[in-house]
Amino acid sequence: MTTGTAPSASGTTEVVLEADGLTKHFPVRKRGRELLSRTTRAVRAVEDVTLRLHRGRVTALVGESGSGKSTVARLLAQLYPQTSGQIRLRGEPVDAKGGRRFRAYSKRVQMIFQDPFASLNPVHTVRYHLTRALKIHGNAGKTSQELEEALADLLTRVQLTPPERYVDKFPHELSGGQRQRVAIARALGADPEVLLADEPVSMLDVSIRLGVLNLLRDLKERLHLAILYITHDIASARYFADETYVMYAGRVVEGGESETVTQRPAHPYTQLLIDSAPDPDRPAAQEKDGGTGEPPSLIDPPAGCRFNPRCPHAMKVCAEKVPPRFAIGDGDGHFAACWLYGDDLSGADKVKLREEVS
Amino acid sequence: MTDAVLEIRGLNVDYGLGDDAVHAIRDVDLTLHRGEVLGLAGESGSGKSTLAYGLTRLLPPPGVITGGEVLYHPDGGDPVDVLRMDHATLRKFRWAETAIVFQGAMNSLNPVHRISTQLTDVIKAHDPRSTSASRLARARELLHLVGISADRLDSYPHQLSGGMRQRVMIGMALALEPKVVIMDEPTTALDVVVQRQILRQLVELRERLGFSVVFITHDLSLLVEFSDRIAIMYGGRIVEEAASADLYRDPLHPYSHGLLNSFPALRGPKRELTGIPGSPPDLRAMPAGCAFHPRCPHAMERCGVEVPVLGVPGDRPGPADRTVACWLHPVQDNGL
Repeated sequence: MTTGTAPSASGTTEVVLEADGLTKHFPVRKRGRELLSRTTRAVRAVEDVTLRLHRGRVTALVGESGSGKSTVARLLAQLYPQTSGQIRLRGEPVDAKGGRRFRAYSKRVQMIFQDPFASLNPVHTVRYHLTRALKIHGNAGKTSQELEEALADLLTRVQLTPPERYVDKFPHELSGGQRQRVAIARALGADPEVLLADEPVSMLDVSIRLGVLNLLRDLKERLHLAILYITHDIASARYFADETYVMYAGRVVEGGESETVTQRPAHPYTQLLIDSAPDPDRPAAQEKDGGTGEPPSLIDPPAGCRFNPRCPHAMKVCAEKVPPRFAIGDGDGHFAACWLYGDDLSGADKVKLREEVS
Repeated sequence: MTDAVLEIRGLNVDYGLGDDAVHAIRDVDLTLHRGEVLGLAGESGSGKSTLAYGLTRLLPPPGVITGGEVLYHPDGGDPVDVLRMDHATLRKFRWAETAIVFQGAMNSLNPVHRISTQLTDVIKAHDPRSTSASRLARARELLHLVGISADRLDSYPHQLSGGMRQRVMIGMALALEPKVVIMDEPTTALDVVVQRQILRQLVELRERLGFSVVFITHDLSLLVEFSDRIAIMYGGRIVEEAASADLYRDPLHPYSHGLLNSFPALRGPKRELTGIPGSPPDLRAMPAGCAFHPRCPHAMERCGVEVPVLGVPGDRPGPADRTVACWLHPVQDNGL
């Protein structure tokens, strides 16, 4: 009944980074009467997330703001400690709380942030940013000539050529796309195996987004990086990612090959998300009156499936039990955490539940 | 075609004065017809927000309007030039005739006042003789209009979700039943699902109340779906203007073409996309001739020298409501 993400036929099956039952609760500051009580409320930002990143493949994590997708990236980068669950890098459990262990870990797992206007220091040149990354992770070489070569190599890799023209520029002299390329080059300076890209193009102008995405794909192919691509734009996940996971309110609700997930979405939330995406090709008549409501509070999320208050197909079981991942069976490892696909469980019971709540 | 409600003619906006001035808007001509949704698309720095602030005279210094006129046609009255209104007339004109929903509208509500106070404030300012009960009734009506229950009147902005705050802003813009609503990236900060809900509601409201909308965004795929006509801006000029369907099916300007090809499709076959090479122009150092020519795959010698004129393309005979500024599609001779 429950399935993991089966390795796919098209890519390599080598798992680089995996998360198992990853959970993160942020405690909420107590106020007023709560100060006297023992219980601490928490924002349940990420709950029981299991995913795998493969060598040479892009895995997309799609969700609305507040769905916990960035928290997953930060947990994977070990910027926060997880509340529970395990992260494994090449099978080894990761515990990199600060210090030397964190640095060793970050050499292998690098992160790219959303806003290149904020992630580069405005008072330092491109050279400074890249040199620092190279030196910290021991890739700067021994002589200044080797360092120069490494710098030029990094800039060439992110297609900022000729390197001499860019290496001594300050961030304000570069456009948004160029800045994001510098941020990518800085991440590559560590020579990582995994790249965690948190909305890498959402702050960029539309016309240059594709350039950056194509660059990341090119890097994936040449350097065999495992890339986690976090986005709210499911169309770009289809274009760019091999596999797609969809998150809603802190849980992964669907996953599988990007093409399968976007063309035959199984979970009602994914269907809503795809119906809502702007699409010029959509015939006007096809407009469905689908989406109502908004994502729930994560301090006190709905019991059972967190989508049940908005779901057009909600059944009684949805409000009681958290749905496990059910295999859909129409593609490699396509699964949905939705009771609609749990028919093999207990047929008679389920029909009854369906009737009680329409 | 219905009659015009707002006509912009030869509008020029600079930031700064003298030789250092940056020309953010150059010679923009644009007509908004009664009851239509006009989409204004372009990258950051293309001047689309400046245009919106320019035509409402809300430009903060150092923005200066250096030329042109903005003609507003009231119902059955003579056109008035917004740029030549005196202070008192302008004060009456704003909001009552032309309302604006700002970029990042989620944060344009005052956090220390209740929704009701903020909604009634504008009614009070424009109609000081109204009673507070009637104002409150109107506020309740406005919330109902945008699909929020009236018991939210006593809420503070932080108690509402982003989508609800956005709806409150739209409701507030409609408070005095304006003829023109300008929306500057109204849904950029929202999630796609909420975005769709709000836009659907906006389309409904427009049909009911009959106002015109200038919809500014960088998301062209959204515009194709929701607007009647689209004007595309690049480097402070309008480079193409056409009915949405025409623009989507057959973009004439290479920039429009590139923009349309920058959005990955959710349906249909997967295509290899390239985006547009290069980066948007620096307004302080605009290229000579057509501003797009350094990034244009079809650039000719002429493009680097002469600025193309916006006009009806000679090679596309048909309805005259489509214009383009590109030497690939030279403007029809007047004699023909």
